[in-house]
Formats: sequence, structure tokens, C-alpha cells
Amino acid sequence: MTQALIELSDLGFAWPGHEPLLDIPAFRLEPGETLFLKGPSGSGKTTLLGLLGGVQKPDRGSIRLLGQELAQLSAGARDRFRVDHTGYIFQQFNLLPFLSVRENVELPCHFSRLRAQRATQRHGSVDQAAATLLAHLGLKDPALLGRRADSLSIGQQQRVAAARALIGQPELVIADEPTSALDADAREAFIQLLFAECREAGASLLFVSHDQSLAPLFDRNLSLAELNRAAVAPEV
Amino acid sequence: MYLLRLALASLANRRFTAFLTAFAIALSVCLLLAVERVRTEARASFASTISGTDLIVGARSGSVNLLLYSVFRIGNATNNIRWDSFEHFANNKQVKWAIPISLGDSHRGYRVMGTTEAYFEHYQYGRQQHLELADGRPFATDPFEVVLGAEVAEALHYKLGDKLVLAHGVATVSLVKHDDKPFTVVGILKRTGTPVDRTLHISLGGMEAIHIDWHNGVPAQGAGRISADQARNMDLTPTAITAFMLGLNSKISTFALQREINEFRGEPMMAILPGVALQELWSLMGTAEKALFVISLFVVLTGLIGMLTAILTSLNERRREMAILRSVGARPWHVASLLVLEAFALALAGSVSGLALLYIGIAAAQGYVQANYGLYLPLSLPSTYEWTLLGGILCAALLMGTVPAWRAYRQSLSDGLSIRL
Repeated sequence: MTQALIELSDLGFAWPGHEPLLDIPAFRLEPGETLFLKGPSGSGKTTLLGLLGGVQKPDRGSIRLLGQELAQLSAGARDRFRVDHTGYIFQQFNLLPFLSVRENVELPCHFSRLRAQRATQRHGSVDQAAATLLAHLGLKDPALLGRRADSLSIGQQQRVAAARALIGQPELVIADEPTSALDADAREAFIQLLFAECREAGASLLFVSHDQSLAPLFDRNLSLAELNRAAVAPEV
Repeated sequence: MYLLRLALASLANRRFTAFLTAFAIALSVCLLLAVERVRTEARASFASTISGTDLIVGARSGSVNLLLYSVFRIGNATNNIRWDSFEHFANNKQVKWAIPISLGDSHRGYRVMGTTEAYFEHYQYGRQQHLELADGRPFATDPFEVVLGAEVAEALHYKLGDKLVLAHGVATVSLVKHDDKPFTVVGILKRTGTPVDRTLHISLGGMEAIHIDWHNGVPAQGAGRISADQARNMDLTPTAITAFMLGLNSKISTFALQREINEFRGEPMMAILPGVALQELWSLMGTAEKALFVISLFVVLTGLIGMLTAILTSLNERRREMAILRSVGARPWHVASLLVLEAFALALAGSVSGLALLYIGIAAAQGYVQANYGLYLPLSLPSTYEWTLLGGILCAALLMGTVPAWRAYRQSLSDGLSIRL
């Protein structure tokens, strides 16, 4: 069996003074796989993403990313590990409004030498990598690159966020409800673009959403409630 | 470097608040530096009110009092000294020159000083500068000639040849005037920035002449009156003067002569060293000067606290910004450094514009201040002391920046990567 990209085992987590929120006996995400994880709000999905990003530490059990046990790393090293290997796309307002589109895309390369190196290796320069990714995601107009990020439409902003998550080829892209602000047509188009880019970069995609209609597009889909033994009975 | 770029871009995004904050700091920095410059220059100009004079001699009183009336034309002598006492010391072999001065009259609020030609020859101020005439000549043998200080001439619009009447006493509004003996303006001195500018100089003979028919402080009436022409033909050697200044052949003899004067058996007198008395007087005013400095320091502190408030208030709205930075790999200390850099950038912008404001202000007010207060404010580069002050302000800003930095650090640890809407 190949090494899993994410491997959780016997994971338990509770916020101090609260009932256990997560109790996940086992979970794997394979390299290159696209996974749809369904989770309504309040199901612990944000907490799970925080654990995967190394921002929170589990009470018990292990989280391995690319075979690396996160708990063994110091806080600083976890931060570095996260940016080296994970790209994030959030719901909305993902971008720093006061930077240009290009600067927003290049942000991770300023904090991760590894991703800057990979971007340069593949595209010649970080600037070139940003331009290429944006073009692949349908933002071809070079004039767009210099514009302030908040002058773009929401749909365009989400594509900029996707380019930022993908620059420097992280092994994992985590998308947390990235399409909730988009209308139905734009949603599917966005996901197709994201798939294509992940495939090209060889990245796995962990896509968290409550919008079941998107699920069939993915290699595999899971519900956090099935995974999590601590889940309260799903609301009807 | 990249963090600085981010901090500046974020500030530019809040440019209105940032501008106001920096402007408040600029004003406070400008105030502090202006107060410092005026303080330094006032002290220097004060110290240079009189120079080259080794001893000032007057009736026995306090040294500050003697300095005030003899040099600053403030207050009055408690007693006169006799003319023969002056002659006794003027002829001392240690003495190079002696200037007698006689005070007590005024002209429209400006003091009149009776003296001799020696005054124009030997009196010095600033860096050993002699008095110079802008126009005309010193008073000569005629007793009714007057030489005006620059400010007197300018404020009262006198020119050569004008006649003026002196008033008895030093009150601004004087009821008793020497109107039977008018004086003619024969000379106007160049501006010195010292009390000389506010003085009317007449000869001791003139001073004697206008009081020649006075008895017990009131003018004679009717037949007892002596006209100006009659006075010209009389012996106008004074019987008493107010004080005198001495220049010595050798500085070494200063203390010996001072002692000799203080122990003079003829009448009670005292001799003071002008430099020492100036120091004493300045230390009296030192409190007000220090208070001014402390106040301007507090104004700077207020400016910096304004900055702190602005940054702290922005923190909450910027949680998302911090979370985004965290998600692209910024570590909590990066987030904290951003805020320290922001505080530093604001303080730097404030200090630089404060400095610019100061120079604009000095350039604009230089002439006015010199003309009205006799204070020359140089447009010189900041002194080491001023650089130290600016450095101190920047350090204080850095220190203050650690407060929002610490809060943002804590916030970004607890918020993590996502911030709920």
C-alpha cells in the first residue's frame, strides 16, 4: 500500500469544557485523489481542517501528512510544513484586498521557499507561475494581474484564490465551501477548473461542503457524520 | 522586506486613518522640536546679552537684582553710588575701561540710560560684538543728544534730527515730563537682539542737566527753573550714578578687584561677574523652561497613544487579514512583526513630516521672531540632541507597537486559519 497523503487514526478532539467534538477511528486520503467531505455547519468540519493544518493539536490519536506526524513538530515547524504542502481556498473574502491579483497569488511563495522553488522550476519564475495558473483558471487578461484584488467579481476572486492555493504545487489542496458564494453554473465550472489544475499539479483535493449536488463530480465522497463517532444524531 | 511591503500596503488601504495618525504625530514632533530650538536659542541669546565685561558694580543688593537693572533694564536700583567711588575704581591700574550708567528715566515705556562715549567703545554683547551705529553718530558734547536702540527707533518711528521729551520715572504713563529740555536724535544703533535695542542712550551730562533744577524728586517752580541753554553752561558732572561696568587688563585680577570693591570703605557696593549672575538668573527661569519641555514630551506621548488606539481599533476589523496571512503560511510572529512595522512606519512618517513642518515654520517665522523677540532661529540641520529626541520617539513607537503586536499574536493563534463570518 502506498503512503497516504493524509492518515488519521484514532483521532479525538474536544474544545476545553465541551463534549468531544471529533472521534475519528480511521481516515485516509490518497495522493491525487479528490474527495468530497460533506459536513453541515457545526459538525466539527472547521475544527478538523484546523487539526489538518496543525493549528490545533488533537487530544489523542495521530495525524500524518505525507507520513509526517504533525504532533512531533514544533508550532513553527507545523506552520512551515503546512504552507509547504497545503494550499487553502475558503468560502469568500479569501484575498487581501489591498494587494494586486498577482501579489495575492504569489503570497505563499513569500512564506515557503519550497513552493517558490517549485514554482520557479516549473514556470521559470514565480511571476510566470502566477500568470500561467491564472490563465488556466480563465483569467487571461494581463491587465487583470495588476488590479486590486477587491475590484474583481466574487467568481473571479475565487479563481484567484484557487491559483494561490495551487502555486508552487502543494501536495494537498483544502477547499472549505469555496463555491457557496457562486451561482449554480459558475459552481460546476469552478470545480472543473479546480480538478484540472489539481490533476496537472498532482495534488489531492479535500473539498468540504454541505452542498450535496456537487458530490458526484468527485472520486469519492464521504460524510463527516459517518466518519465521526462523536457526531450527534444528524439533524433532520 | 516583504513584511514591510505588506505593512505599507495594509496602511495604504487605511490611508485616511493612517494619514491622520501620522499627522498628529507630526504636529507633536514639530512642537517638541520647536520648543527645543527656541529653548536652546533663548538660552544662547540670554547668555550673550553681555560679554567682555568683567565686573558690574552697583550699590549693595542682590546679584540678580543688579544684573536685572544694569543689563536687562528690569526693576530699579535700591541706591545710587557716588561719582567719586566710580572715579576711584575707574582709575584703578587693573582697570582697562569703565562705563558708568545712570538709570531712572524713560520715554514712552522705554528706559533711558545715561552713560559716556566709553559705552559705544567698550560695551560688548554676543560673541564679543561691539555696538554699531546704523545711522548717525554717538552723542557728543551737547548734553541734549540721544542715541536710540533699534527697537525704540523702529517702534516709535524716530529718525535722525527728531526731538523727543523724556519722562521722569520708569512707568509707561508718566505724569512728570522733562518737557523743558527736549533731546535730539543723533544716532540709531544697529539691532543687537539684546535689551540695548530697547534703550535710549544719553550722556551723563544730559542726565544731570534734566535734573539740575530738581529737588527732592520734584521739579523747581517759577524762578528756580533753569532752562536748557542755562544748563549747557553749567558744570554737568554728576554726583551719583546707578552702576558701572568694568573691563580689566587681565582676567586674573577679577577676583581680587571684586573683593576690593565689596570691601570698599567709601560706601557699600558690590561687584558681580556677569557670567555667574546670568547663570543664576537662568536657573531661576529653568523651571518654566523645563515645564515647557515636559509638556511637549507629553504632547508627543499623546500623539503616540493616538497611534496605538488607531492600530488597536483596526485589529478587530483585520482578523480576516491575519487569518488569510496565516493560511498562506505567515507564522504568528510574522503577524506580530507586521504590527510593529506599522507602528514604526507611522512614527517615522510622523517624525519626518514633523521635521519638515519645523523647517517650514522656522523659514516662515524667522524674520518675525527676530524682529519681535530678538531671537534668531537658525535653519540648521538637526543637532545631535534633536536626532536623539527623534530616535527616542521612534523607539517609543516601536515599544508601543508591541502592544497590538502581542494582541494580534494571541488572536492569530486562537483564530487559526479561518474566521467565521
